Amino acid sequence: MSEKRKIKDQDIESIMGSLLRVGVLVSAGIVLIGGVLYIIQHGSAHPHYKTFRGEPSDLKGIKQIVTGVTEFHSRAVIQLGLLILIATPVARVLFSVFGFLLEEDYLYVIITLIVLAIIAFSLFSGIAG
Amino acid sequence: MSIFVFTLILLIGAFIAGLLGSLTGLGGGVVIIPMLTLIFHVDIRYAIGASLISVIATSSGAAAAYVKEGISNIRIGMFLEIATTMGAVAGALVAVYAPTQLIAVLFGIILLISASVSLRKRQEKIISRPGKVAAWLRLNSSYPTKDGKEISYTVAYVPGGFLMMMVAGVISGLLGIGSGALKVIAMDNIMKLPFKVSTTTSNFMIGVTAATSTGVYLSRGYSDPGLSMPIVLGVLGGAFVGSKVLVKAQTKSLRILFAIVITFLAIQMIYNGISGTL
Repeated sequence: MSEKRKIKDQDIESIMGSLLRVGVLVSAGIVLIGGVLYIIQHGSAHPHYKTFRGEPSDLKGIKQIVTGVTEFHSRAVIQLGLLILIATPVARVLFSVFGFLLEEDYLYVIITLIVLAIIAFSLFSGIAG
Repeated sequence: MSIFVFTLILLIGAFIAGLLGSLTGLGGGVVIIPMLTLIFHVDIRYAIGASLISVIATSSGAAAAYVKEGISNIRIGMFLEIATTMGAVAGALVAVYAPTQLIAVLFGIILLISASVSLRKRQEKIISRPGKVAAWLRLNSSYPTKDGKEISYTVAYVPGGFLMMMVAGVISGLLGIGSGALKVIAMDNIMKLPFKVSTTTSNFMIGVTAATSTGVYLSRGYSDPGLSMPIVLGVLGGAFVGSKVLVKAQTKSLRILFAIVITFLAIQMIYNGISGTL
């Protein structure tokens, strides 16, 4: 039984490996494009990070970021790339749920779902707002 | 200084941080935050937001290379993720209300711990101490060696490891680092995992933990795209080059040098935190 499980574990892991690589490359590409746009649009301005102000609300939510991207706002494009990057480890957890389901390891399906629920709580509940 | 020059300097600094982080296995976060706060006087909350995202980048980038070797224990990682993600949410929430001076001092203390952990010799000792919890959770496993053998290992003191991971999660959410040093303590020292397994499993967990705390930072507006952009690209580039030269580099002397640098940064962070100049 353990022999069989091993093979499946490694298949899942190798798919995950490519998933992660693609995710990181795509997000880095988008951040780079946004970065070039940012330098062109704001390159000669002066940075202001000494005092903390928080970001404008148009960069906090997923919807607002997507709207910003369609209007070619460089900061929104960067933020989109960062969102994809944040999604890569989350996708790995999500993918594990299906992996454990295929292996019929229901204990770990539940454990993984608990982890997903905590991540979702952090990302979408707006507890910090 | 214009944004163009500022971005360029950050890009180079982040590249060096990513390179050192991957060569020493400590990650870029421990260098990024002191660099941003001490040298560029960036508010520590912006620095944490940018650092967390670079932590995710290095974790996912390294994981893509690790999974091929098939030695990370996904069950241990997933089970302990319950502890680190809960801790991460709590830590990120505390960071919202904690005074920045306190965060700076705590950061310095964690830096000192990381430096000492990175210098410690890690011995590969496979011990067999089967516990009931580990067996019930099916955590015991085996990993393949290069010559095709399978080495079986068991996991000890699961509750202790779980608690330590919760602390690691809080620190990660509070300070914006991967807290790899604390995860290594939990898995090597408490749970007695072989370090090949603990290194790759810890890397997987760092990304998930950082993504969880980033959720809180993002909705608080602590993630500034203009700042995160050069940091993420620089750290990714540095980590990539680091993974290529890792085989050739003299890691031992590098570790000592890095530990000295980190100790210096730690003292600076603590001093600035106490004197209130951060």
